[in-house]
Amino acid sequence: MALRLWASSAANALKISSSGARAAAPAYSISRYFSTVLDGLKYSSSHEWVKNEGTVATIGISDHAQGHLGEVVFVELPEAGTKVTQGGAFGNVESVKATSDVNSPISGEVVEVNEKLSGTPGLINTSPYEDGWMIKVKPSSPSELDALLDPAKYTKHCEEEDAH
Amino acid sequence: MRGLLACATLARRAGAAASGAGRRHLAGAAEAAEAELKKTALYDFHVAHGGKMVPFAGWSMPIQYKDSIMDSTLNCRANGSLFDVSHMCGLSLHGSQAIPFLETLVVADVAALKDGTGSLTVFTNEKGGAIDDSVVTKVTDKHVYLVVNAGCRDKDLAHIGAHMEAFNKKGGDVKWHIHDERSLLALQGPLAAPTLQLLTKEDLSKMYFSDFKMIDINGSACFLTRTGYTGEDGFEISVPSENALDLAKALLEKSEGKVRLTGLGARDSLRLEAGLCLYGNDMEQHTTPVEAGLSWAIGKRRRAEGGFLGAEVILKQLKEGPKIRRVGIFSQGPPPRSHSAIVSGDGSGENIGEVTSGGFSPCLKKNIAMGYVKSGLHKAGTEFKVVVRGKSYDAVVTKMPFVPTKYYKAP
Repeated sequence: MALRLWASSAANALKISSSGARAAAPAYSISRYFSTVLDGLKYSSSHEWVKNEGTVATIGISDHAQGHLGEVVFVELPEAGTKVTQGGAFGNVESVKATSDVNSPISGEVVEVNEKLSGTPGLINTSPYEDGWMIKVKPSSPSELDALLDPAKYTKHCEEEDAH
Repeated sequence: MRGLLACATLARRAGAAASGAGRRHLAGAAEAAEAELKKTALYDFHVAHGGKMVPFAGWSMPIQYKDSIMDSTLNCRANGSLFDVSHMCGLSLHGSQAIPFLETLVVADVAALKDGTGSLTVFTNEKGGAIDDSVVTKVTDKHVYLVVNAGCRDKDLAHIGAHMEAFNKKGGDVKWHIHDERSLLALQGPLAAPTLQLLTKEDLSKMYFSDFKMIDINGSACFLTRTGYTGEDGFEISVPSENALDLAKALLEKSEGKVRLTGLGARDSLRLEAGLCLYGNDMEQHTTPVEAGLSWAIGKRRRAEGGFLGAEVILKQLKEGPKIRRVGIFSQGPPPRSHSAIVSGDGSGENIGEVTSGGFSPCLKKNIAMGYVKSGLHKAGTEFKVVVRGKSYDAVVTKMPFVPTKYYKAP
C-alpha cells in the first residue's frame, strides 16, 4: 500500500499495447508516465507479470513497476529448483531509491533464471517484458492463473493506485 | 511481506527519524497522518512540476520530480539543484547571552566564530549522545542563527526551550524566534553561485564556505549561508515565505533550465556520496560526536573547558578514543541499507558493527555505505562482510567523502 507514497498528481496515462505478448518487439515506453501493459499476460496486484506457455511460465515485473522503482541496480534471484508459492517473495530488486521484494504470481518450481540480470540489471528497465524477465517456473497449480488480473483489470489497478 | 512497490526507503527513514517506531508499521502510520501533513509555500509548485509528494517528518515533500534519482544526482554535480528544504526549522537566539547559553547545549566554540560565519555542530544530551546536528551561525555577538532537522524540531525546541527558561530564571538574557515566517531553499552545484549572482548585488566571490549574510536577493530580505548537504558548492537561502515562489522561479529561469528542481531522493544520494550524516540514521541519541567522526566540530576551548551536556563522556572519549567509529564502506552485491549487519571477514561471522546508511552511488556506479564498527577495524582498507538478506558480501573500509567535495573555501 505504500505505493501511494509515490503517487504523483501528474496524470498516469496507462495504455494497452495491441502488440500482444508474443510479438517480436513489444511496444513499451521508457517514460514513467506512460507505462505499457501487454496483452496476453496475467498480472498480480503486486505488479508482477506471468506469461503462461503451457508447461513453463515466465515471470517478471511490469513496466509500471519498473517505472516507479527507477533504475534497477541489483537483482537477487533464486536458484533453479527452488519452490515458489503464489504471493510469496522469490527475489529482490534494488533500485537507487529502494529495496523491493518480488512475489511470485503462481506456485511451482523454478526451472530457469535470467542470468543476464546479474551483469545487466538495467534490462528490467529497458525491457521489462522481454529481456528483463526474471524466472521461469513449472506451475504446480495452473488454476492459480485464473485468479490473476487480466491486462484491463491490471491497468485499472495501476490507475487506482496512482490516483491515491 | 513487502511487495514490489510497498517500500519507500526515504519515507521510512523520515518516519524512523521522527518517531523511532518499528519499521514495519511506518507505512501505515505515514498514511494515517497523510491528511495532517504540513505543506511548504512551494507545495503547489512542486506538484505542478511533477513532484512526487511523500510524507517526510510530518511534511508533504517531493521525493523526486520527473527526472530519475540517478539523473537528478548527476545533474546536481554537473550543473545544479534547487531543493525546497522549508521543512527544516530555522531558529534565531537573541540576547547578550545568546552565545554562552547555546554553548551549554552544543559542542561548537560559537564564541570563537567570526561574525557572519558558521559551523556544523551537535546538540548533546547528558550522556554525550546526539540530540540533533545543526548548522550554527554567529550573526553577531547577540544573535545566533540555527537550522535544525525537521524530524527533530519538536524535541529540539522542547530541549532548547526548557534550558532557556532555566537559564533566564538565573538571570540570563536569551530570547528565541522560530522562523516559521520563512522558507528555506538550497541551491547546490557548480552553477549555484553564477546563478544566484544574477539575483543579488552582493559579490558572492567574496563569500566563502560557512559564511552568512543578510542580503537582498531577488528583491526580498534573505538570510544567505554558503553551505549545503550535497558536497557541492552552494547556498541555503532563507526567504520570507511570501517571496519563496518568486525566488524559486527566478533561480530556475536564470540558470536557463540547467539548475533543476531536485527531491529528497537525490538529496539522500548526494549527502551519502559526500559522507554526510543523516540524523536518525547515522547519528542517534546514543551516538556521540566522537564516534560519529565529528570530533573536528568540538572547539579547542570546548575540549579544555567542557561546559556542554555530556562533556565528561565526550572529553573522555576524545582522550581514550571511542569504542566504535563511523566509517565509509564500499561493498559488493546488493546495496547495503540501514541496519545491515557488518561481520568479520575471517569466516567466524562475528558481528562487528552495523550499516546506518547505504545505497548505490549514482556518481561512482557502485555501492556505498556508512556504518559503525569496533575501533581498530575502522582504518581504510580493512576488509569485512556486510550481510544483506542473509547473505554475506565482501566490503572494505574507505575514506569519506566518497565523491570529492567542492566547497568554496577562502584562499
